[in-house]
Amino acid sequence: MVHNTEHPDGIFPLVLTSVTQELFGCRTDEDVTKENPYKLLKKDDIIQDIKTRAAVSDFSPVKQIVLNYPEDELLLVYDRDFTYGQSFYLVLTPEAKNEILAPPKPETPEVPAVEIIKTPEPKPWISLGSEQEIEEESVRETRKKLRYKCFRVQRKVDAPLCFSDRNTADAEDGYLECPSYLDSRFSIKQMQRDCGVQAVPVLQSSSAQTQWKHQRNIFTVYKPRDLQEDEIENILRSEGLKDFLNLVTPRVLHALQQEEIMNVFFDDWKALGTGAEESNWSERESEVLMLYQAFTDQKYSKDKKISCINWHPTIYGALAVALSKKAEKQSTTHDVRPSPILFYNFSDPSTPQLLLECPDDILAFEFSPSDPNVIVGGSVKGQVVLWDISAHVTYLQGSQPGSRNVPVNSNPIDLLDSKENKTPVVHFCAVSALEGGYKAPITDVHWLPQTFEVTRMGLPVENQHNAAFQFITCAPDSSLWFWDIRPPRLLSYTASDVKQNADQMPQMPLYAVPETFKHLDQTWKPLFKVSLPKIDTSGEYVPLKFSLEHYTCKSMTGRTTDEAHEDDDSSKVIPDYSKLRLPSAKTLTPLEDVNTKLYVGTEHGEIVYTDWKLEKDDSGRLQSAKPLHCLRIHHSMVKTVQRSPFFKDIILTTGSWNFAIWKEGVMNNPIIQSNHSEQPCTAACWSLSRPAVFFIGKEDGSIEVWNLLQKTNEPAKVNAHVTNGKITCIKPWIASSKQHFLSVCDDLGMVRVFEISRSLYNPTKNESLSMRKYFELEQDSMKERKDMQPTPKKGNEESKKKTELDKPVKTVEENEGANMKEYNDDLMLEESILKSMGLLPATTET
Amino acid sequence: MAEVEETLRRIQSQKGVQGIVIVNSEGIPIKTTLDNSSTVQYAGLIHQLVMKARSTVRDIDPQNDLTFLRIRSKKNEIMIAPDKDYFLIVIQNPSD
Repeated sequence: MVHNTEHPDGIFPLVLTSVTQELFGCRTDEDVTKENPYKLLKKDDIIQDIKTRAAVSDFSPVKQIVLNYPEDELLLVYDRDFTYGQSFYLVLTPEAKNEILAPPKPETPEVPAVEIIKTPEPKPWISLGSEQEIEEESVRETRKKLRYKCFRVQRKVDAPLCFSDRNTADAEDGYLECPSYLDSRFSIKQMQRDCGVQAVPVLQSSSAQTQWKHQRNIFTVYKPRDLQEDEIENILRSEGLKDFLNLVTPRVLHALQQEEIMNVFFDDWKALGTGAEESNWSERESEVLMLYQAFTDQKYSKDKKISCINWHPTIYGALAVALSKKAEKQSTTHDVRPSPILFYNFSDPSTPQLLLECPDDILAFEFSPSDPNVIVGGSVKGQVVLWDISAHVTYLQGSQPGSRNVPVNSNPIDLLDSKENKTPVVHFCAVSALEGGYKAPITDVHWLPQTFEVTRMGLPVENQHNAAFQFITCAPDSSLWFWDIRPPRLLSYTASDVKQNADQMPQMPLYAVPETFKHLDQTWKPLFKVSLPKIDTSGEYVPLKFSLEHYTCKSMTGRTTDEAHEDDDSSKVIPDYSKLRLPSAKTLTPLEDVNTKLYVGTEHGEIVYTDWKLEKDDSGRLQSAKPLHCLRIHHSMVKTVQRSPFFKDIILTTGSWNFAIWKEGVMNNPIIQSNHSEQPCTAACWSLSRPAVFFIGKEDGSIEVWNLLQKTNEPAKVNAHVTNGKITCIKPWIASSKQHFLSVCDDLGMVRVFEISRSLYNPTKNESLSMRKYFELEQDSMKERKDMQPTPKKGNEESKKKTELDKPVKTVEENEGANMKEYNDDLMLEESILKSMGLLPATTET
Repeated sequence: MAEVEETLRRIQSQKGVQGIVIVNSEGIPIKTTLDNSSTVQYAGLIHQLVMKARSTVRDIDPQNDLTFLRIRSKKNEIMIAPDKDYFLIVIQNPSD
């Protein structure tokens, strides 16, 4: 039974009473059963029933439908299961009736029934008219075939035959040719073809004959030939070897002894020492200073003079220049800003690579010998300034693209770029305390060598860290101060100062300041002070420049050289300065053999030789000692006091119009004193590679190259008018073994770097030996002069000096006279001092 | 064996002697006081030189023969004493 869940439209559920059921013969379970639920009812019967029983008829609800029903029979279905709600239902439409009675085959695909394949049975052929067409088309014999027989005439047969040749070309149609032709229809391209290949070597036999003119055995050995161990043993034992040795040994010994006795090939002429001239002969012409580069900066060095220049100790081609205002010039532009220290590099001559900001103009500065990133400088106001450039060192190497400055005016488009490429500025890390500091500008600053240290008491002790921590400054207010860059031990001392200075602290700089020396800032005070009381009179000397001896530790107590080297390596790590503390004087071993004496050049032209070790006077206080001697050689300000890099005890000093060379230990006079020159000497320096050469800069801007082994009375070469201004500083530098530079600064703010020619930097043979001999000679001659009377001494000195100009002679004479008086005084004073060492006159005060 | 050693020691004790090499007639070093590479170099090069020198002397005068060869250079002096089967090389630094 098909269940229709939805109620199709053609169905009308109907209830039939039993009376109706009997009438229509559709009693349940009798006429209509489950198996046979369909009952066809006649339409007329239903209408009859409706008419008879009217409202009571069960068919009344479908009355209209029945009336409209087109066919005669209606289907009544017994709905046993009450599918549509009632026991019967009437099918309203004939289509539905047909559908129910003959339910269409379900549309669900069924498994196709396997059809039994039957051979189709032959059916009788039905003619459709095709045989007529065939009939028409077929070809048939219409009549019987005719047969003919033909043969040749009998006499032609059995006749003798004769064969002959015939060319194909004889007869016209003798042959039929079917030439092959390229049929375009069949053009098949062969794409692949199997092909066999065989390689056949081309062999050629040839011969040549050469002429072997010089018969010679030649052999080539790839590996050195060796003998086996046992073979060697055999040979060594053999008689032949013994005989050979016996034969040969006398000859060999003879020859060897000949060598020992005399060297027959010794070139006496060459070794005589004229080798020096010989080597210089060719290069004499080129003994020059060649201008290598000139550095200046429009922005910073205009109208300024250069007060100090230093080469960077490690970076090639980097130099630092301190500028300061010229004293005479009235500044039309009130440029109150202090000039910075500029760092130049060879790669960029017109713009500085780094700027060090200074609180005031710096007159002297120096790189720390152990840590080239620490720079100490002395300013015009008497303050000591410290910089730490470790963060910016890369700019100095000159390869940084950021350091390439775009000049501001030439590139208006890249305004942004030029802003970014500004020269980096390093602010100073620490300044010394202003009150209690120097009252005068600091004119010279030198680091103590890293081999020894100085305690508060003024005693030299060993330096455990092998790094330079201390330096000395001098200023014209008559004292030399020793400073230390480590924080002092007495913390209470610094705390009170810190409180004081906290109020006075100026506005903190906005940019990053390296913290290396924070502990020193604003509170820095010197370790101790050395004053220079005058020897004979009251008052003090006014120092301008000084020079102390570089002490190299010969013996370190209880340490071998290996340990010392290890310490060197470990101390390469730059110590954190704020963590270090000044060591207690008790823990360090004092060094006895340090030369604590130094040479000081004063404002009045005197050279003072004094000891910086403090001494106890009567009251137990520590005072600085009286200078050991002092001599007025120069007329006015001493510009340079410099020790020779080759001899520890030779010092060059220059003053106003002359220069002098002193030997330490020779108390009374310089061993060499130059003549007066026309131009005042303003700067001087020793050559770093030749002991006999030094350079002097003059006020007219010329440089004199002096070679004491060539000429002693005049410069070996004068480079006139190197600059328009006057020369303020000269510093040599050895950049590599082939490049020696000399930097020359003037008071126009320009730095010129000269390359020293080979002849000027290559020392001659035994030059230092010759120089030493020369100095000793001078010393001896001076001693001779000393022994003789004063007046004949004068004459001797004059005669001993080489040719001079008239004008300088007179002034030298005058000088000599004054010097002699002083010298005599000094002699007497010296004796008295030496006798009464330790006792100081009451007039001197630090 | 000991004699050989003793002779070599005598020569070695002279002033300035840097090294001694005994080479056989084929140029193979037999005994030496230098390091291996120098020995091989000296033996090979000097062997050729000795052959050349000897042939030169004998070409000029067949009765003559090479007895001693000294090469003086800037840095040192090389002395060669040749024989029929061996030759002895001594390198000396001159006195100055």
